[in-house]
Amino acid sequence: MVKVTTTTDEAALIRRILAGETELFHELIRPYERLVYVTIFAILKNETEAEDGAQETMINAFRHLKSFRGEAKFSTWLVTIAMNEARKRLRKGKVTAEDSLDATIEDHEGGDYTPTVLTDWREIPLEALEKKELREKLHDAVANLPEKYREVFVLRDIEELNQEETAAALGINVTLVKVRLHRARMMLQKALVPYLQNEVAPRGSFLRRWFA
Amino acid sequence: MNLDCKHVWEHISGYLDRQLDPEVLAAVEKHLESCEVCSAVLDSTRNVLVLTADDRTYELPVGYSERLHDRLTVVIRGGRDFGNQ
Repeated sequence: MVKVTTTTDEAALIRRILAGETELFHELIRPYERLVYVTIFAILKNETEAEDGAQETMINAFRHLKSFRGEAKFSTWLVTIAMNEARKRLRKGKVTAEDSLDATIEDHEGGDYTPTVLTDWREIPLEALEKKELREKLHDAVANLPEKYREVFVLRDIEELNQEETAAALGINVTLVKVRLHRARMMLQKALVPYLQNEVAPRGSFLRRWFA
Repeated sequence: MNLDCKHVWEHISGYLDRQLDPEVLAAVEKHLESCEVCSAVLDSTRNVLVLTADDRTYELPVGYSERLHDRLTVVIRGGRDFGNQ
């Protein structure tokens, strides 16, 4: 595994915080506010829970800063705490029931996969990206992925952590990261294609069957 | 190396991440040149990632940062036994 170290600036900040300049913690976490919130939101799909979870994550990070040894990147360490916070909230069932009711996406790890084919959908039109509905469909689809795929997708494609960081944060190996990421992406492809049908005008009658 | 559609789908993620071995990459590209179905699957998967990476897809709630730092201020000032909990 690639060894990643915390940047010198961060390491210095952490030393000063631990030495008593605790107010500097605000500065230390500022670059990661989004990372922590989005990680939890993508898993729980609930703004209030995500915000509360993000606050708890940062508080936990502060309280346990002493245990951060700098073997991993500080961001990866934070993500691990955020991920645990999200899992804890999922287990407690504090998240609204609607999120899990329609968890209809099947578990495909190791199995065959058939993508949804829609030959006319080549580009997401710019207007489609403007639409809140499409983003909400993505939120739903991500939140409905089986947990092991969702976690990998969140870290790799939303947070843009690299494979090694993702593996480290989840305590799995890089090969499993790749396999699960592939499955997650394919499941999302399948889940999202239908919602673009109103955005893309079908050309030619042969396409109708994809829009039926 | 000749790949059928089903095998090409297995490599879509690796293709998007540019992680395919040269031999597999060449076979996938050759297949994509002539297969509209697989090209569409590739494009739509890529577009899911474009949508995912769009900053507007996952937005922070208004006032999130202020509330976070306000709460941290309380914790930090109250935490005299900091680091020993």
